[in-house]
Amino acid sequence: MTGGTVRLRPPNNTLDRRVIGWWRTQLLLLTVVPVAVLAVLGAFVAPARPWLLLAAGVVAVLGAAVTVFLPLWWFRVHRWEVTQDAVYVRTGFFWQEWRIAPMSRIQTVDTVRGPLEQAFRLATVIVTTASSKGAVKIEGLDHELAAELAERLTLITRATPGDAT
Amino acid sequence: MSGTGGGTRPESGGGWRRLDPRTVLVAALVMGGIAVGAGVPAFVGLVGGRPVWQAFTWVFTGAVLLVVGGAALDYVRWRRTRYRIGAERAELRTGLLLVKRRSLARERIRSVDLTANVLLRVLGLVKVRIGTGEQTGGGESTLELDPVTREEGERLRRELLDRGTATAGPGPHREGELAVLDPAWIRYAPVSFVAPALGGAAAGGLMQVSEWFGAQGKLIGWVRDRFQDTPVLWIIVALVAGACAAGVVGALGLWIEMWWNYRLEREPGGTLRVRRGLFTTRSLSIEERRLRGVELVEPLGVRTLGAARVDAVATGLAAGEDSGHADHKTLLPAAPRATAQRVAASVLREAASPTGTAPLTPHPRAARTRRLRWALGAALLPVVVLTVLGVLVTDVLLYVAGVCAVVLLPVAVLLALDAYRSLGHGISGDYLVVRSGTVRRTTVALQRGGVIGWTVKQSVFQRRAGLVTLTATTAAGGGAYSVYDAAESEGLGFADEAVRGVLAPFLERVG
Repeated sequence: MTGGTVRLRPPNNTLDRRVIGWWRTQLLLLTVVPVAVLAVLGAFVAPARPWLLLAAGVVAVLGAAVTVFLPLWWFRVHRWEVTQDAVYVRTGFFWQEWRIAPMSRIQTVDTVRGPLEQAFRLATVIVTTASSKGAVKIEGLDHELAAELAERLTLITRATPGDAT
Repeated sequence: MSGTGGGTRPESGGGWRRLDPRTVLVAALVMGGIAVGAGVPAFVGLVGGRPVWQAFTWVFTGAVLLVVGGAALDYVRWRRTRYRIGAERAELRTGLLLVKRRSLARERIRSVDLTANVLLRVLGLVKVRIGTGEQTGGGESTLELDPVTREEGERLRRELLDRGTATAGPGPHREGELAVLDPAWIRYAPVSFVAPALGGAAAGGLMQVSEWFGAQGKLIGWVRDRFQDTPVLWIIVALVAGACAAGVVGALGLWIEMWWNYRLEREPGGTLRVRRGLFTTRSLSIEERRLRGVELVEPLGVRTLGAARVDAVATGLAAGEDSGHADHKTLLPAAPRATAQRVAASVLREAASPTGTAPLTPHPRAARTRRLRWALGAALLPVVVLTVLGVLVTDVLLYVAGVCAVVLLPVAVLLALDAYRSLGHGISGDYLVVRSGTVRRTTVALQRGGVIGWTVKQSVFQRRAGLVTLTATTAAGGGAYSVYDAAESEGLGFADEAVRGVLAPFLERVG
């Protein structure tokens, strides 16, 4: 890579489409709880009612907008790729992050499924290396694909020599 | 003392050994110390309401119970603790109620550290920590033998860490002593950040103790009397100066206690050993195989005097343990920069330290703009808040805001410019070198083979300015070292060149 400008290319694969629903549910929950608290307070505390209800309204509108649009944005940015040599993941929108973990350095491969993820038939693959700060997470994969991927990674990792430090 | 040692360390079948029985004496003495420390104030308190003999009986009974109880507990612990260094594994059985067994594979043992406080030293004992340096969370991967005799500790250290000459690396560097303490280095102690912290702690401690004795009001009154006719400003100046003086004295004392008799040696088995300490002696060993580089640390005060500290970047150092092990990885205390570079070079078995030789690539001017913006933002925030409050509440705050602006803004700008000047990255032989920071400037030389992944981050603002933050993850030290605000294309090229083959498949050429 000499001469010219270089940049990181986007990883090949997008996440499963259902991840948008999963993100939306999470954001919705994050919005509903403070709105409900504010609304209930507004119903009981007469003197501050207009202010509390106004705050509830503002939070609700902002939350709704975020819930509708942010996951669409995220979906375009969040991508992943597994080659024979490395795991490559791109996340984030405002703070974009590319993470690369070479196969030879991978120590463990885990799949995690929270209750909400299970409802959406999604799973998270977590690839850890010997560095405490080098873990790579692929969130929101189809659960069958995730299981298959974890198995494939484990096989490749086992075949690669070295103690991964 | 040694007479008691002979018969009481039976080596029952299988090579199981016991700790030194004098641990019971140590426990009794420690408890005795606590009893005296707690007993005197209690006695003073009790004497107020009852006859002296009664108060004395109460306190004495309590003290005896404490000492006997502590000694008995420690005796049981001693009875139930056994360790064995086998051909394959090092094992420890211990536990007061539940028997805990812990065993470490010998080939995985990475460190054997000996510490001895004053009490242990007088008795010729040491505390031994055997670690595998694995980050399994919790202290599960260490065995602690507390205490054994000094000879036994040394024997364990030699036996467990010596792996023959097979691991001794190549290079011109000799074994033996790499650095010894120069007492003149003490001049860097007062300018460290320890001094003001200790000063504050001294003032706080004085207030606390006076409160225990119900004399806090008297103390404040006494101080006020001293300064009856002095303006407020001078009182503040005098008190701050007093606290600073206490801090400096404390920092000097702490430095002497920590670094007295310091020596850094390379041992035949391929181990680096740091020995130091005036009252509490410590011996810390780092296996060279685990070394992934060194870090040159220059806190602001030390840097202005042209000095630097050298830390080891090694895998499996007790990084997660927060209790008093912060200086675990220090190979050289603050010393003149040339000395620091020389020691760094000999630690790495290089002719010259990569932290000193590499011409570092400076970062683009956009990085300077970002730093200036942050600094001005941080400095202006209190000024703006004070001004708004001044307009709304009282004019006095406006003057304070003015003073803040005059003092803070130039400091902020200077720090920002210095932070920008500090930024740099480069490749020197087998090492990638990264420098950043102003209040605590660090220059890391990390083995290129020790990098186990890259993380590239870019915020919206960085994207507009064409900057990226590149983070090399590693199993050693802090786990990750970052190149902040490098030019996007040049930075990626650097990361690609530093660690061949990791980044290349994911790079694309533009235009």
